[in-house]
Amino acid sequence: MIKVLKAGFYSSVQDKGREGVAALGVPVSGAMDAYSSNLANRILNNSETDAVLEIAYGFCAFEFLTETTICISGAHFSPKIKGVPVALQTRIRVYKNEVLTFGQNVFGARCYLAVKNGFLTTAILNSRSFFQGITQQTLLGKGDVLPIGTFTNTIASSNTSVKIRNDHFESQRIACDKGPEFDALSASQKEILARQVFTISNDNSRMGYRLNEGIENTLPSILTSAVFPGTVQLTPSGKLIILMRDCQVTGGYPRVLQLTNTAINQLAQKKTNDTFQFVLKS
Amino acid sequence: MNKVLSYKPFGEQAILIEWPQYISDQILEDLLRFKEGIQKEKSHFIADYIIGYHSLTLKYKTPILNYTAEVETLKSICKKDATSKKKPRFLWEIPVCYDLKFGIDLEEMALKSKLSIDEIRSRHAAKTYTVFFLGFLPGFLYLGGLHSDLFFDRKPTPRLKVPRGAVAIGGKQTGVYPCSSPGGWNLLGKTPIQFFDSTKKQPCFAKAGDQIKFKPISLAKFYQLEKKVAENKYTISKTLVHD
Repeated sequence: MIKVLKAGFYSSVQDKGREGVAALGVPVSGAMDAYSSNLANRILNNSETDAVLEIAYGFCAFEFLTETTICISGAHFSPKIKGVPVALQTRIRVYKNEVLTFGQNVFGARCYLAVKNGFLTTAILNSRSFFQGITQQTLLGKGDVLPIGTFTNTIASSNTSVKIRNDHFESQRIACDKGPEFDALSASQKEILARQVFTISNDNSRMGYRLNEGIENTLPSILTSAVFPGTVQLTPSGKLIILMRDCQVTGGYPRVLQLTNTAINQLAQKKTNDTFQFVLKS
Repeated sequence: MNKVLSYKPFGEQAILIEWPQYISDQILEDLLRFKEGIQKEKSHFIADYIIGYHSLTLKYKTPILNYTAEVETLKSICKKDATSKKKPRFLWEIPVCYDLKFGIDLEEMALKSKLSIDEIRSRHAAKTYTVFFLGFLPGFLYLGGLHSDLFFDRKPTPRLKVPRGAVAIGGKQTGVYPCSSPGGWNLLGKTPIQFFDSTKKQPCFAKAGDQIKFKPISLAKFYQLEKKVAENKYTISKTLVHD
């Protein structure tokens, strides 16, 4: 068990999300940066479906009520155990009553805390990912006690850590495919999409990222149809929205681009005022 | 089956199949039949089937390696005569209290139209609506068949909180809020029925292709049913719909 001493701004339990329930109108959810959360699980030899904690914007603290082994991956929020800095992407043995803290951001936007055999909050519709109206809890709160998998073996701390390529956090090239309505855009609209440097507005969350810059919109709305995490919608005002993991399953705005799986993970590590360009796959 | 379909890749892992761009029961029927055909042959590879008014989107479990070949497979499934037995479709009777206590926009709607409050209520309850698909929120049904006299523009400023069970009209559509949510639709009543319960094995009773009819109830009856629903003692009345 792990006790939440300080919950931070937006911490939630996440796994790979919900499959097979989109027909009920249920969003996919799941870790925003699936690459980093998978990596943390893999370093612990966990199953890839084990749930992790997603911590956005740092400043939280957890007390281990039982011993276990953990791995931290994704964004760097100066993690410390008993006040001593610990490395990312490595196995760390933790003992009863030790406190893990996350503070100042060094890079990235979302960090993942994996524990041996995963977090065991209640799975609903085959996933533990928090989502309003699906799981009882939407966000972690101070004082919460989270059940974790039984720690049976004695994996020691490791002296080595896995390096993540810098471009996972720093790349300003967001790879995408044409969206279903891309071809309805004019040549000049396509040109702007490809050349413009876009800025992430402060309206960004697990549902989607609104961008500051837009393009002139001459397209009509579409009849409501499927959307996915990574779908770039063109709103009537000309502003662009990139849908993220908690997005609805259907929408009525033209879908001009679709981010690759890798690009969604990279975007999940960007925050307000970060800039990037769309790179259309040929 | 309608053969004028277009196929488009939708990112690395999905294929979008589109029918001509309008809303019709015939397209819905075609779409559901095609979906059932695909489900029979490809369910191991497809994670989600997302229905829109004129589209069926297949989300695969893994990235699609050969898009052209996959589309050919789908086209051959489409060509097959759908002799398979259709899934049963139901007509669900949903009790709705159209009292002004819940129908807080009824007076304004009557002012904006030629109809009286009672005419709005009775016209809304007279129609049988078709469930086209679910989206927007878990358990939100997109219903087709609203009477054109009942088309009301969305409110210019959405409400921050529309209660769960609110029965509303937005533009040319009518629907029920399955959970409390911000919303800009005009509210004309409330149902005690729960449209979505994530803890149930079948979280939403209705599916695409089913039908919905609203049955007016009094305020007293509303509270009585609300209690029954809370105690898990209410069964929604349903009728098997034949072709």
